[in-house]
Amino acid sequence: MAVTIHIPTPLRVYTERQASVSVEATTVGEALGALTTRYPSLQKHLRDGEGKLRSFVNVYLGEEDIRFLQKEATPVGAGAELTIVPSIAGGAA
Amino acid sequence: MSELPELTSEEIGRYSRHLILDEVGVEGQRKLKGAKVLCIGSGGLGSPLLLYLAAAGVGRIGLVDFDVVDASNLQRQIIHGTSSVGVPKVRSAAARIHDLNPNVVLDIFEEPLTSANALRILADYDVVVDGTDNFPTRYLVNDACVILGKPNVYGSIFKFEGQASVFNYQGGPNYRDLYPEPPPPGLVPSCAEGGVLGILPGVIGCIQATETIKILLGQGTSLSGRLLLYDALNMRFRELKLRRDPDAKPITELIDYQEFCGVPKPSDAPPAEPFSRLSVTAAKARLDAGWAPYVLDVRRSSEAEIVKLAFADRLQPHTEVLHIVDELPRDRDILIHCKMGGRSAAAAQALADAGFDPQRLYNLDGGITAWAQEIDPSLPTY
Repeated sequence: MAVTIHIPTPLRVYTERQASVSVEATTVGEALGALTTRYPSLQKHLRDGEGKLRSFVNVYLGEEDIRFLQKEATPVGAGAELTIVPSIAGGAA
Repeated sequence: MSELPELTSEEIGRYSRHLILDEVGVEGQRKLKGAKVLCIGSGGLGSPLLLYLAAAGVGRIGLVDFDVVDASNLQRQIIHGTSSVGVPKVRSAAARIHDLNPNVVLDIFEEPLTSANALRILADYDVVVDGTDNFPTRYLVNDACVILGKPNVYGSIFKFEGQASVFNYQGGPNYRDLYPEPPPPGLVPSCAEGGVLGILPGVIGCIQATETIKILLGQGTSLSGRLLLYDALNMRFRELKLRRDPDAKPITELIDYQEFCGVPKPSDAPPAEPFSRLSVTAAKARLDAGWAPYVLDVRRSSEAEIVKLAFADRLQPHTEVLHIVDELPRDRDILIHCKMGGRSAAAAQALADAGFDPQRLYNLDGGITAWAQEIDPSLPTY
């Protein structure tokens, strides 16, 4: 099913400047996997060495944080919108 | 109501547009006059925030900043002016606030906020507003607010995007519920590298000021439990739900936030690097002696348009340096530079990992900024 993933500004350098990417997936994990398959350099910014989603990168399905749904096993339907929201500090960090 | 300070006739005139709002009125304005707000930082977020809090009649404002006004701040830090370049920000901001509203009592803290002083500095205030620019201070402010039970009005910016929320308010979530841990250094670019639209912190700082005033008045619905995202480029606001993380560890004491955020200590031995580092003076001496490396600039093209080294051979952003490995010489030394030396070190590491002879890879420490400051003052810095 076609799922739209919204890419935040800091990560767009790894998605050829695309602000949103459409992938085929049935779960959040599949959608993120399809995204990093297409843009491999994104992988280390989303996941740690063990493949876990990094704790300073949040993923939302609609308005809901997937940590409070079924995490990466959360099912996604056609037209679902995922948003990646990394932590940003401001000027110096 | 009785313990709230009375308004003078000058104040009644000054705040008349507030006084005729049912949601503020005389009682609300007296609440603002009796309120104490601490602003951490007087930069991009702090500038509009301080101006509006002072204009609104917040009685006591604390200001923590130890930075000095730089010309590159003025594009967004509108509380400061050209005549204040080189002046401590707290002094520049205090002069502007005093001119705007002499009724405001200012507490100046011209020192970095640390684990040693945070609980003491925050203790006396009703609301804390986070206008900082770095992860260690953000986690410090958050944890100190949780320990002291104070609302923390949050805002953060990058390029064209901003985030805002209210943490630790009426039992709501805090920053660690949103992001349990900070990113390691180097994995997120800074505003100094990434740039920021000057108006962006104005918008986010004004949202923080609005939330602060609402908390002080006890009016409206706060951003607690919601993360507001602002995209200036597409002019879009979005809202995401923010919940308390049931797995979050309780916050009981302040820690070493530099260490928590992975900031290397001066005492730490530098990590072993396969490539060499050259100071700008060492590089200049070698070049003068006939050294002829291939010079690779790994900044973005928008930066090269501002200023570049005349002897640079190639411009390729550091994130895309592996796209041109076939075009880089293998039989020559390669001198890599960026603005400050961080991105070029990452590029040197990437080339070493990609099989380039590490003994031929040189990082220009301090980047083109150090070159402009120490070698060629005719070059502008940015």
